[in-house]
Amino acid sequence: MTETLPPLPTVKKSPSPKAAAPGAGGAAPSWAVAEVNSRLTAEDKVALFRTMLRIRRFEERSLRAYQAKKIGGFLHLYVGQEAVAVGCCSLMGKNDHVITAYRDHGHALAVGMDMRGLMAELYGKSTGCSKGKGGSMHFFDPSRNYWGGHGIVGGQIPLGTGIAYALKYQGLKGACMAFMGDGAVNQGAVHESYNLAALWQLPVVFVIENNGYSMGTSQQRSSAGELGQRAEAYSMAWEICDGHDVYQVREVMDRFLREARENCRPGIVEIRTYRYRGHSVSDPDKTYRHKSEVEEYRRTKDPIQVFQDTLIAEGVIDPARAEQLDAEVRAEAESAADYAEASPFPSIEDITKDVYWEEDNPSEKKSQGRIFF
Amino acid sequence: MPSLSYREAIRMALIEELHRDPNVVVMGEEVAQFNGAYKVTEGLLEKFGPKRIVDTPISEAGFVGLGIGASMLGIRPVIELMFWSFYSVAFDQILNNAANVRYMSGGQIHCPIVIRGPANGGTNVGATHSHTPENVCANHPGVKVVCPATAYDAKGLLKSAIRDNDPVFFMENTLLYGDRAEIPDEEYLIPIGQANIKRPGIDLTIVAHGRAVITSLAAAQILERDYDISAEVVDLRSIRPLDEATVLASVRKTHRVLLVEENKPFCGVGAQLSHMIQEQAFDELDAPIRRVSSIDAPAIYSPPLEAEQLPTPQRVLRAALETLR
Repeated sequence: MTETLPPLPTVKKSPSPKAAAPGAGGAAPSWAVAEVNSRLTAEDKVALFRTMLRIRRFEERSLRAYQAKKIGGFLHLYVGQEAVAVGCCSLMGKNDHVITAYRDHGHALAVGMDMRGLMAELYGKSTGCSKGKGGSMHFFDPSRNYWGGHGIVGGQIPLGTGIAYALKYQGLKGACMAFMGDGAVNQGAVHESYNLAALWQLPVVFVIENNGYSMGTSQQRSSAGELGQRAEAYSMAWEICDGHDVYQVREVMDRFLREARENCRPGIVEIRTYRYRGHSVSDPDKTYRHKSEVEEYRRTKDPIQVFQDTLIAEGVIDPARAEQLDAEVRAEAESAADYAEASPFPSIEDITKDVYWEEDNPSEKKSQGRIFF
Repeated sequence: MPSLSYREAIRMALIEELHRDPNVVVMGEEVAQFNGAYKVTEGLLEKFGPKRIVDTPISEAGFVGLGIGASMLGIRPVIELMFWSFYSVAFDQILNNAANVRYMSGGQIHCPIVIRGPANGGTNVGATHSHTPENVCANHPGVKVVCPATAYDAKGLLKSAIRDNDPVFFMENTLLYGDRAEIPDEEYLIPIGQANIKRPGIDLTIVAHGRAVITSLAAAQILERDYDISAEVVDLRSIRPLDEATVLASVRKTHRVLLVEENKPFCGVGAQLSHMIQEQAFDELDAPIRRVSSIDAPAIYSPPLEAEQLPTPQRVLRAALETLR
């Protein structure tokens, strides 16, 4: 068994169509000097770091709650992938939107959702961000342009393409980031979306969060060729980037987002990342990869450690400040769990609410159409 | 009052709503340049231009899902499925995304999308193109399912569907596209969820939807002419929401019920109705509830046999007489 395990995925540089990669070719490329990163204030950088920490500590706290049987169903943890959601979502403007799959806690926190509502959702409480009706895989906050949280692999990609269509239709300069995992690239709905996006020149950036494994099947065992390269079949730009470096994620995504917003050019960014936990908490994580592989990633590439080291080297924070931030974030996660614990469950009557708009808004029955837009 | 075909009535509804609301977009395979596979959208491209009338590739999961996503941001797409039979290609989009997203988001997200097209057998195109998925779709809370039987109803119901803030699945019938009705010049809407008594009667209640209403009306005429039996024909118009009150009122009047549908019988619409009636009006019934549906097999190709597989006036007549025995 162990001898058939695949080698560590390597991060390759791609034939980048518009790469103006700073430091490219140098021994140690520094993405920090890219304009999108060099304009960050110390405060901005601390905010990025803090959001990454918030994701990690939230996930760890939710795992403990799961183990204490406070949470039902599935729990897909984002630990290890923090730089991806944080890097991407930190670039969002007023008309930019996000949609993702079921590993959705990181994106929810990255767009600024409150930990309490998320934890309460995991607990199935009425104070949850979806009133306890969605669960772990179905976080939503349209007020933050966050459209979920979708359970079916690849099923959200047509929706994200439609969000981009709506932006273009309404003449808004914005883009939709449609996130998927590496397992989603083989779904038909994803390819149909690629075609529509390229055919109609929609402002969507398809983001493949390639953590190397679609559930327990490695990329080598599930997908032919480079994942991002499939863009070429649809005449779209594509690029691979290292998802352990939040600066690099921002630099690459910034270019693709600007192309989408300003020129309605869709693209695919494959971000190489790694998850430390199993596919979900029910995955014993023993059959398809070596423990040593996880340890190697944790030791050498951990996105939070990498960024912390960078910030210390830049003089933005010192180790004491990093520890203090971590303590604050842990306390926030703890308090979110307390909030979730203390919140009530939905009532039996709540089961049949939020099914139909008309039933929930009987007084407005006669004024159908254009009500909430 | 001008007389319009079912096809023209649907087109009129689209034109009026396209004029009324700039967020309405008509999208589907061959809807624009080709003028519609069944000519429902004929002339719309010329009138409204390519931003509002959009040809799609043959890619149902893609463009139906795209429409659902766009509707979440306030676009009101009216998606044409060339055949409702193709819904299976977009099943995940229709019944996971459109049906569930409002609920799963705790009421934060709305999907004001209409998916419309023909959903019928009887055209000798074999089983793949002859599905009647109204029962399958109506099994999913969060969606509305509308099956108009006449041109008048089709126009008023489609206008309501486009203005509805939830996903509405609008199931037409190619065999009805040429049927005509008087359509008033002034605007009218028919609320979704109201059944309609197409023919009053006192001896027997026939409940039907879609083209089965037309078949039932033909049978009712023979019943009256040849047997002096007065059958009431209740047209459901929508399967979900289901107008239970109108059905039950008719049952309380006639005490005998025949359910007619072009749907397959197993777990079909009639099964739901039959349960509802016995539960809520058991003591009113003077005879067992009977059903006439498509004969329970995939749609057969052979033209004379397919005509028999679907409910015919003769089959409805026979079942009605048995119910009255």
